Amino acid sequence: MADAEEGAASVGEPLDLVRLCLDEIVFVKLRGDRELKGRLHAYDSHCNLVLGDVEETIYVVDEDDEEEETVRTVKKQSEMLFVRGDSVVLISPQAPS
Amino acid sequence: MENGENTARDPSGFLSQIIGAPVTVKLNSGMVYKGLLQSVDGYMNIALEQTKEIVNGKVHRDYGDAFVRGNNGMAHLPYN
Repeated sequence: MADAEEGAASVGEPLDLVRLCLDEIVFVKLRGDRELKGRLHAYDSHCNLVLGDVEETIYVVDEDDEEEETVRTVKKQSEMLFVRGDSVVLISPQAPS
Repeated sequence: MENGENTARDPSGFLSQIIGAPVTVKLNSGMVYKGLLQSVDGYMNIALEQTKEIVNGKVHRDYGDAFVRGNNGMAHLPYN
């Protein structure tokens, strides 16, 4: 077994944390200031994800004439979403507080 | 065995030796995560416990556990 030679850690490998989140609500941070919250139906080693009942939050920075930046959030709902793994930054089992 | 001579000589060997330690993780985006290092794999994906997300030096968010994908360009720094 691969994890035997790794020694240490009861957790094994980081993706085990994701495996424990299957069928649970997860929080996913993506590149490009996007966040997802939804039920994790499937994942693979690339971090490709299939999420259900997803709420996507996009942080948009608006710059007005006086160079003042305001952050606006756009929310989208999706019944089912496939996420390509390369855009994933972070996956967490619980919503951040 | 897990502390064998050659494990510390490569970067992932070093990381597996500091499992359980509090670490600071810097991403390319400038985001910083602090937490206890749970595990690391060959892609340098990591799992953290008691994770804090720090933006501009301030704690922005708290996560319980967090998985960080290895490609995001990271420095792991042990801290106290």
